[in-house]
Amino acid sequence: MGKWSRRAFIAGGVLTGGVLAIGVAIRTGRRTDDLAPLVTKDGETLVNAWVKVHPDNRVTAIVAHSEMGQGVHTALAQMLADEMDADWSLVSAMEAPPEKSYANFALGKGFVLGDADVPSWLVRTVDGAFQHISEAMSLQITGGSASVRTTGVYGLRVAGAAARQMLIECAADRWDVPASELTAENSYIEHAASSRRAPFADFALAAGQLTPSATPTLKKSSEFKIIGQSKPRFDIPGKVNGSTEFGIDAQVPGMQYAAIIHAPVFGATLVSVDTNKALAMAGITEVVELDNAVAVVGSGYWQASQALRALDISWSTTDADALDQDAIFEQFRTDMDATLANGDEAFDKNDGDAVSAIANAAVKVSAEYTVPYLAHACMEPMNATAWEHDGQLEVWTGCQNPLGFRAAVADALDLDFDAVALHNAPMGGGFGRRATPDYAVEAAQIARAAGTPVKLIWSREEDVKQDIYRPAVMSRFEGGLDANGTLVGWDNQYVDKHEPAEAPVVPYAVANTRIHHATSPTHVPFGPWRSVDHSQHGFFTESFVDEMAHAADADPYQFRRSMLEAHPRLLTVLDRAATEANWEVPLPAGKGRGISLQESFGSVVAQVVEVSINKGKVAVDRVVVVSDTGVAVNPDGVTAQMESGVIYGLTAALYGEVNIANGAVEQSNFHDYPMVRMDEAPVIETHIINSDAPWGGAGEPGTPGIAPALANAIFAATGTRIRQLPVSKYDLEYRVTETDEVG
Amino acid sequence: MSSQSQPITLVVNGQSQTIEADPAQPLLWAIREQLGLTGTKFGCGIAQCGACTVQLNGQPIRSCVTPISAAAGAQVTTIEGLQSDDGALHPLQQAWIDEQVPQCGYCQSGQLMSAAALLSANPSPSDDDINTAMRGNVCRCGMYNRIRRAIHKVADTNGAVAFFDPAAPLSKQETGQDVEVNHG
Ligand code: FES
Ligand code: FES
Repeated sequence: MGKWSRRAFIAGGVLTGGVLAIGVAIRTGRRTDDLAPLVTKDGETLVNAWVKVHPDNRVTAIVAHSEMGQGVHTALAQMLADEMDADWSLVSAMEAPPEKSYANFALGKGFVLGDADVPSWLVRTVDGAFQHISEAMSLQITGGSASVRTTGVYGLRVAGAAARQMLIECAADRWDVPASELTAENSYIEHAASSRRAPFADFALAAGQLTPSATPTLKKSSEFKIIGQSKPRFDIPGKVNGSTEFGIDAQVPGMQYAAIIHAPVFGATLVSVDTNKALAMAGITEVVELDNAVAVVGSGYWQASQALRALDISWSTTDADALDQDAIFEQFRTDMDATLANGDEAFDKNDGDAVSAIANAAVKVSAEYTVPYLAHACMEPMNATAWEHDGQLEVWTGCQNPLGFRAAVADALDLDFDAVALHNAPMGGGFGRRATPDYAVEAAQIARAAGTPVKLIWSREEDVKQDIYRPAVMSRFEGGLDANGTLVGWDNQYVDKHEPAEAPVVPYAVANTRIHHATSPTHVPFGPWRSVDHSQHGFFTESFVDEMAHAADADPYQFRRSMLEAHPRLLTVLDRAATEANWEVPLPAGKGRGISLQESFGSVVAQVVEVSINKGKVAVDRVVVVSDTGVAVNPDGVTAQMESGVIYGLTAALYGEVNIANGAVEQSNFHDYPMVRMDEAPVIETHIINSDAPWGGAGEPGTPGIAPALANAIFAATGTRIRQLPVSKYDLEYRVTETDEVG
Repeated sequence: MSSQSQPITLVVNGQSQTIEADPAQPLLWAIREQLGLTGTKFGCGIAQCGACTVQLNGQPIRSCVTPISAAAGAQVTTIEGLQSDDGALHPLQQAWIDEQVPQCGYCQSGQLMSAAALLSANPSPSDDDINTAMRGNVCRCGMYNRIRRAIHKVADTNGAVAFFDPAAPLSKQETGQDVEVNHG
């Protein structure tokens, strides 16, 4: 890890019962909205991870990340176990309770260690972690593919290495031998020369008296034994017999059930509701009026849903009541034009002189791309159970941001943060949606009004119509080739910049590049959606590069290759994808192959898609994925994430469309917001490269590259360039012979 | 709409239980809320996702749109009843673990109930058979390749071979199972 700075702590102590506890914490340096309630002063420290070594030699990692099937607990435990040289069968991980004390190091010390015998606590450091951590702000928020990249790398590996070093030091002392003669393996310390061997736990008490080394030696990747292995995930057995309890499965004695309907137009509020019919229905106990919603509470969810339909509700009118999707795209166009005309644009990049390079180019291409709003459609609809009793409010739910949820509930109900308890459950999908606490706040409000424990379940219709959407985006390109077919100018303007900042930036060497954006706000709520801005810009930029390749009459793979000299890591991934996909072997008529390359969240992914066009319909036959996440902690887990990212992105590319009509979302359920199903799922072949580059994420980087690779394959097969998603908008049958492209 | 509660007897995972319910209420909510078996999930409520799949007399059905009245007296099997009484996993459950199928896991009860019904009707399904039987079950985490692999794995292990027990007398097999036994 190199040098250490003053940005992090590592500390240890012995708990009652002889448990050795080691904590690693990293200063945030700044307060963000979500974390503000947890730190009172700038520079206060948030805990990254706690590790416990139990007297029976078990090791537990306590991490502040939620499990949504991405295998985070298993991967983080692997990172810890490897550095510790622990026996994998004795290692487990658990999610930290969403207590401030776990998040705040000063409190956490007291919380975890209690009245333990603690030596002097030293403030030490864990090198350049600070930058990464404060960028990702992932400490209690699971998102941004950051768990392995931050908590794993800067928390658990460091804690594991420190623990190992302390245990060895204690053994050296007890056996009176030099520490250099000791080895650790499978949770035992060994001294080969004297054939002595003892479990870690024998040294836990003594280790707790030591000051942890601030510079524990981390393994080189060539020394990894557990990292890099496809260990079975901890969370899987409970998911094959129905025993895993998701948020929706919470059971609280005396619990009632609530169904809810929100104002269809975002921004509208409740004016009045006639509750007579609903309240007369069997099992219905309460109708709760919220600012922008009405909930019915009853003895069962079905009863409540039926009664919801019997309500006569009037909502306020808003400025958006007549707005539809075309008008939104038209607004984007107008705002982009105005921004250009006024010289108001904000630049992501402005190298050389793209405008004149394109003006003087031998071949010019221009294109306008759009993608629609998208809902997350987590398999488990939004839900939360709440109960206010004895001065406190308990919430049961599955979320990506437990501390933020507590703060939001406390805020909305005017309670102290400490009066809200949150029991976080595994999530039936998160994808960014479960970082927003609206559903938990509603459950708390309804439970308070009803005076009983209440389980609020959103219908799928509400889930689709009241999401925090992936933003619709318009992106325009101008590209210029010189007489040799070299890309000399790249000019890209798009609307509404979000995260991550680098999403629209291409890795290709283009002498003159201008990337800039305009703002064009709408009334549609938006938020993170798997891979965030990469999901839109990956489609735009990797499609437009393909357009330029065809304009240059070049092979799209070779065209990309020729501009990647400065990026050997990307080149390796791209080459491998072309090789694995037999890029050079031509496909028969009616089939096509498309390629894409995308760096996101510290990982590089290339994809090659093969499609067949049959009676105007596209079938995706095969997807080759090459992924370089630096080091794949759990290769099968990374493979699963790539498969998942591909299908998620493929659903979006083929079918995903949330349209606004009269200010409200048109789609409602899986019949009009369709999903890729078993019969349409392509064969996905994932190949993993361990380049030893800094650790990257796995949950999101599989998503951005599928839409452009698909669109490029469709172009190869049909000559139709997909510039709007979803693909289902196009009737490919009638376009087969058209080549209305590039001009 | 009728909302007259009445006693209804359901046989779920071999156990007979009588509940008070509106006969029109979907079976899903009786299973989850009244019987407390939460392994069966709610995903869409309109027979579009398969998360609520249970078996009714061995047939996969969407319990979110099946009124309790249609299940009265029939054998209902939920995910909790898929393993055998001694707790041994159904071969599909084991294959799901071996192939590391679940991601978030929310769809998987329904996937397993559909797959189990498929294999009992068709021990060696082709890819097309799997497509037909499984296309009603959405997996938002996109684990379709793994689901297919796990089904094939069980089919390979348990398929036609499962009907042939060399230790049993030939005649018993011939009478017990109407299959050709090839000793070659
Ligand atoms: S919940 Fe029954 S099919 Fe979706
Ligand atoms: S495993 Fe998440 S929906 Fe299938």
